[in-house]
Amino acid sequence: MSLKLVPALILMAAPAMAQEGSIIVQSTTSTANSGLYDYLLPMFEEQTGIDVNVVAVGTGQAIQNARNCDGDVLLVHAKPAEEAFVADGFGTERTDLMYNDFIIVGPADDPAGVAGMTDAQDAMTQIAEENAMFASRGDDSGTHKKELALWSDTGVDPAAASGQWYRETGSGMGATLNAGIGMGAYVMTDRATWISFGNKQDYEIAVEDDEDLFNQYGVIPVSSEACPSVNADAAQTFTDWLLSAEGQEAIGAYQVDGQQLFFPNATDSNAPDDNG
Amino acid sequence: MQDLAESLSLAIALVLSGDADLIEIVALSLRVSLSATMLACVLGLPLGALVAIGRFPGRGAVLVAMNALMGLPPVVVGLLVYLHLSRSGPLGFLGLLYTPTAMIIAQTILITPIVAALARQALEDLHSEYAEQFRSLCLTRMQTVGALLWDGRFTLLTVGLAGFGRAVAEVGAVIIVGGNIDHLTRVMTTAIALETSKGELALALALGIVLLALSFAVNAGVQGLRVSAAARGAHV
Repeated sequence: MSLKLVPALILMAAPAMAQEGSIIVQSTTSTANSGLYDYLLPMFEEQTGIDVNVVAVGTGQAIQNARNCDGDVLLVHAKPAEEAFVADGFGTERTDLMYNDFIIVGPADDPAGVAGMTDAQDAMTQIAEENAMFASRGDDSGTHKKELALWSDTGVDPAAASGQWYRETGSGMGATLNAGIGMGAYVMTDRATWISFGNKQDYEIAVEDDEDLFNQYGVIPVSSEACPSVNADAAQTFTDWLLSAEGQEAIGAYQVDGQQLFFPNATDSNAPDDNG
Repeated sequence: MQDLAESLSLAIALVLSGDADLIEIVALSLRVSLSATMLACVLGLPLGALVAIGRFPGRGAVLVAMNALMGLPPVVVGLLVYLHLSRSGPLGFLGLLYTPTAMIIAQTILITPIVAALARQALEDLHSEYAEQFRSLCLTRMQTVGALLWDGRFTLLTVGLAGFGRAVAEVGAVIIVGGNIDHLTRVMTTAIALETSKGELALALALGIVLLALSFAVNAGVQGLRVSAAARGAHV
């Protein structure tokens, strides 16, 4: 190893030039994995010159990262946790951004006989009664929080069967789908991730169209009072654009395989309330 | 196996197409892991050499610690670096989180023990061969370290490659401190993890094949250096 290389390396290791116009979005995975950002961000970046860097992790981790001031905007889907984030002073304001819904997918042979059901709790109770395999995120994500809320309504305690028919993967949505499909388990997923998922094999949507499966996404700029390091102006510009008529229209126009993945509802007061 | 065939042809197509995104990701992987390897060698080789020739109380414990740290879990290193570089952490003011620099730091921490421990073993063996000669020449400790590092340079090249291999293949640390941000901190391994989570298994595997090819290329390059140096009559 030539020591002449060392100065060059130290240069390489120097901090990247801080960009005035760049923000970090701490985001849930479904918006990233479904390609929504790849579609939206170039429009926004071209108009404003602001670079948007997306860190896509589970909602729980995204909120924790934002509480550590490691993001300028939070875009997740767990309304109670988002409201707590704002109440604790970490966010300036939470706004509904868009929605879609959760579905339960299962193998084509449908071992629990739940295909076609439109009541999520009934279906989940039946899965539990049949001891059919169910793969849970188990990672404190928005989807996991939602799933636990649904279980608590059924009276079934899935944790008691953890490791048996109830399998907690502790991973992201995609990894959980891969694992669930590998073991023939039912999986609850957001519809956007499912439509754009590439490894469906023989899996089909078993349960859908239940109001309880409503999935609301919210957007929150991180507060510059709690986190002086945030790029507050750019974060607000990005949030305002998402909520503007133009941003909302762009969200609604995004399709995969001819299907709309996200339904903008920033100004829609008629949307069903998220009870998750 | 159909997946494998599909992935192989996809990998070849990706490489031949010269896809700009792929080149960017490959370049960042190389930049991050080669930088980390260089830094780990600068820190780890002299450290390994000093421990190799040194006789001091507690040396046994140091050896155990060095060897044990070779097994540092990447995700733990990532978490520790994250906690330090986070805006709420002690080094948060540097603004390094979610930058390639953070990734270099994490990988350097991960592989320095590997470089140091392997270098220590190699140089200790070499030292026992030359110990009498060194004594008769009345070399100082620094001169001994220098002579050992020079004489063992080809073995140490393999040590460096072991470190590089670990760095370029790990995903746990860089995904936490880099954030897998497109066009900023996305490297081969985090891209593979992302495609896997999207269910794009063939593409994920194709990227894996490209990464493996990259590793072959780096190792072949180093091997070439070694052979040409040997041909020039250098001491092997």
